[in-house]
Amino acid sequence: MPGAEPGPYLIEVDDLRFSTAGRRIFDGLTLRVARGTITAIMGPSGTGKTTLLRLITGQIRPESGSVRVDGREVARLDRAGLYELRRHMGMLFQNSALLTDDSVFDNVAFPLREHTRLPERLIRTVVLTKLQAVGLRGAARLMPAELSGGMARRVALARAMVLDPDLLLYDEPFSGLDPISMGMIMRLIKANNDILGVTSILVSHDVEEISQIADYCFVMSGGKVIGEGTPAELRRTDSPLIRQFMSGSADGPVPFHYPAPPYRDELLGGPR
Amino acid sequence: MDRILQIGRYPARAVRKLGAIALFLLAMLQAMPYTLRRPRLVSAQVLNAGVLSLVIIMTSGFFVGMVVGLQGYDAFSRLRQEDLLGAAAALSLIKELGPVVTALLFAGRAGTALTAEIGLMRATDQLSAMEVMAIDPMGRIVAPRFLGGVISVPFLTAIFNSVGILGAYFVGVRLMGVDNGAFWAQMQEYVDAGDIHEGIIKSLVFGVAASLVAVFEGYTAERTAEGVGLATTRTVVITSVLVLILDYMITSFLL
Repeated sequence: MPGAEPGPYLIEVDDLRFSTAGRRIFDGLTLRVARGTITAIMGPSGTGKTTLLRLITGQIRPESGSVRVDGREVARLDRAGLYELRRHMGMLFQNSALLTDDSVFDNVAFPLREHTRLPERLIRTVVLTKLQAVGLRGAARLMPAELSGGMARRVALARAMVLDPDLLLYDEPFSGLDPISMGMIMRLIKANNDILGVTSILVSHDVEEISQIADYCFVMSGGKVIGEGTPAELRRTDSPLIRQFMSGSADGPVPFHYPAPPYRDELLGGPR
Repeated sequence: MDRILQIGRYPARAVRKLGAIALFLLAMLQAMPYTLRRPRLVSAQVLNAGVLSLVIIMTSGFFVGMVVGLQGYDAFSRLRQEDLLGAAAALSLIKELGPVVTALLFAGRAGTALTAEIGLMRATDQLSAMEVMAIDPMGRIVAPRFLGGVISVPFLTAIFNSVGILGAYFVGVRLMGVDNGAFWAQMQEYVDAGDIHEGIIKSLVFGVAASLVAVFEGYTAERTAEGVGLATTRTVVITSVLVLILDYMITSFLL
């Protein structure tokens, strides 16, 4: 990514505050993502993991604090600057977000046709290479509706990679997949990172999978980072909250029960 | 006190919506250069919204024309002025029924489809995905659909009028025995360019209104199945009321 002087961090989030619909999502979030790493952002559902990705891609603006990508303040970029920045990013949406009117091939070709002047013959070559990488060259002529969830996600990944981005954002890449598809996606994320040197941010709560591929993890709760480190470090942590999250216990600092009046009163106390 | 506040809320909401539509229109105009460089996107939508509406427009046009012929014949025969039927049918179709009914049918046939399509694309993150791919969905998705509607409606109106006049001819001349020559001669005599201009202006305005409402409701639909359903309903309701209000306003300006 073109920047003034490439620092060690591709993403720098500082003291970020953001609320939506009257609910505070981030309250002083600070984190750094080093170049060329697979960084996981974990946390229970509803902690704003997806919102963070939307802030990084500039789809929404923070109330205060800053989000810098490659040294550039995302919220201060004008439209042209933002679009220029986004050309170096790829994002894998949780629901794949394939264009339903276009075939698999056309979906992957879409960014190339929009952003390059490559002749159609060359586009074909690039698209087929990317589809080969995700194992779906044979599915090029299918329509998104004909794909399984796992296949759709692999097509979406091929599309996210097609412009050879420097940064790939994965929104819950493992959720709702069968174990085989999950393994495929994990291998692809790892390969993108190892072979192409792509910086990857994974937003997820699948602790097991994350532990296998992430170089570094942040655990979010209550709008801020409550723990960070390598997966091994996080497993050894003393923080009960992180322990509960990493081990997946139903009860702990995050209670199993949503706050409620005493069970006995509510059942036997009659209508109120 | 609460009641009074409640009363104020409706106009406030209406004004806010009007502002949102204006901003939306502005964003769409900004994205127009992208769309105009890709005429194929627009022609695909003319096919989608216009050509595929032809059957319903022609069927409705024929029946509306027949009713006009029948009612006109009934009224004029009481005055022993049956010969004027051609002029009366043509004027009522060209100036009023054609533009209004076409716009209403367009809202129901094509407008709802546009709203649902864009709303679902929003709900399934297709629009966000485009944004992240540095492609403005306004230029790629919204503006072509808007332009497709704006181009289609005047042509659909013209077709509606032509078929409607044939319907009036069929009932008046063929079934009720109005003189064939008089039917067409009186039409030529009394319909002038100003009447046709009025019809064209109306169809243009209605085309813009119906298309704008449809794409706006789709783009701002809540990202749920229910939200898309509500937005589709709103498209029909808002377009219908808006067309009738605009119709009165334009008529009063032009007459």
